[in-house]
Amino acid sequence: MFENNFTWLCYFLSGVLFTIGAIGAILRRNMIVVFMCIELMLNAVNLVFIAAAGSLSSLDGSVFVFFIMTVAAVEAAVGLAIFVMVFRLQHTINADELNLLKG
Amino acid sequence: MDVISFKGIVFIAAALVAVAASVLMATRRNPIHSALWMIVTFFSMAVIYLLLNAQFIAVAQVMVYAGAIMMLILFVIMLVHMEKGEDSGQGKARRSKKTRVVAGLITVILCGEMLLGVLFYRMTGQGGEYPTALVDAVGNVRTVGAVLYGQYLFPFEIASILLLVGIVGAVVIAKRK
Repeated sequence: MFENNFTWLCYFLSGVLFTIGAIGAILRRNMIVVFMCIELMLNAVNLVFIAAAGSLSSLDGSVFVFFIMTVAAVEAAVGLAIFVMVFRLQHTINADELNLLKG
Repeated sequence: MDVISFKGIVFIAAALVAVAASVLMATRRNPIHSALWMIVTFFSMAVIYLLLNAQFIAVAQVMVYAGAIMMLILFVIMLVHMEKGEDSGQGKARRSKKTRVVAGLITVILCGEMLLGVLFYRMTGQGGEYPTALVDAVGNVRTVGAVLYGQYLFPFEIASILLLVGIVGAVVIAKRK
C-alpha cells in the first residue's frame, strides 16, 4: 500500500521543498542565501527526476540529474566568483543595496 | 502492521528532516548556519535517493553538493564576512509590506499549482527498459555508467567542456587586478 504511493510522496516532498526554496529566494536579501535557496530548488527538481525515472523503470532520470549536478557545480563556481567581485567593489552583498543602475 | 514498511519509516523520517532543515536554512539570520542546515538537507535527500534505488546519484549528491558546493559556499561566506545583523532589517532599505504580500501570493499560487499537479495528474506511458530488479542484478553504478558513456556520450563531453569553461571563468572573474 505504501509502495504504490511512494512516487506520489516524493513528488509531494519535492513540491514542498521547491516552494520553500522559492519563498527563500524571493524574501531573503543576502545574495549567498538566495543562491542556496536556488540550489534547494534545483535539488527538488532532481528528486522529481529520480522518482519519475524509478516509477517508469528508466535510467534517463539518473543521467539527467548527473548533468543538472554538473551545471549546478559550474553555476556555483561562477556565481560565487561574481559574489566575491561584487563584495570587493561594493563592500556589501545585500541584494537591496546593489542599486548602482538606479540613477 | 505491514501498512508502513521499514522503507516507509525511513522515507518519512528523511522527508521530515529535509523539510525542517530547509525551512531553517531559509530563515536563519547567520549565513553560516544557513549553509550548515543546507548540508543536512542534502544528506537527507541522499537518503531518499538511496530509497529510490539511485545509489550513484546518492553518492554523487553527497560528494558534489554536500562536499564541493557547500565547501565553496562556506569559503565565500567567510571571505566576504558580512557584518552581523545585516539581514535583520534594521538598515535603511527595509522591505516594504507590499513586497512580502506579493511574494507570499506568488508562492501560494506556486504551491497550489504543484499540489494540483501531484493530486490529479497520473503519469502514463510504457515502462522503460531498466526495471529495478534488472538494474540491481547488474549494479546501479555499472548500468548508469554504461548509459552515460554509451547513449549520452556527446552530452557528457559537452558537460566536461562546460566545467572547464566554468573553472576558467571563475578564476578570471575573481582574480585580483
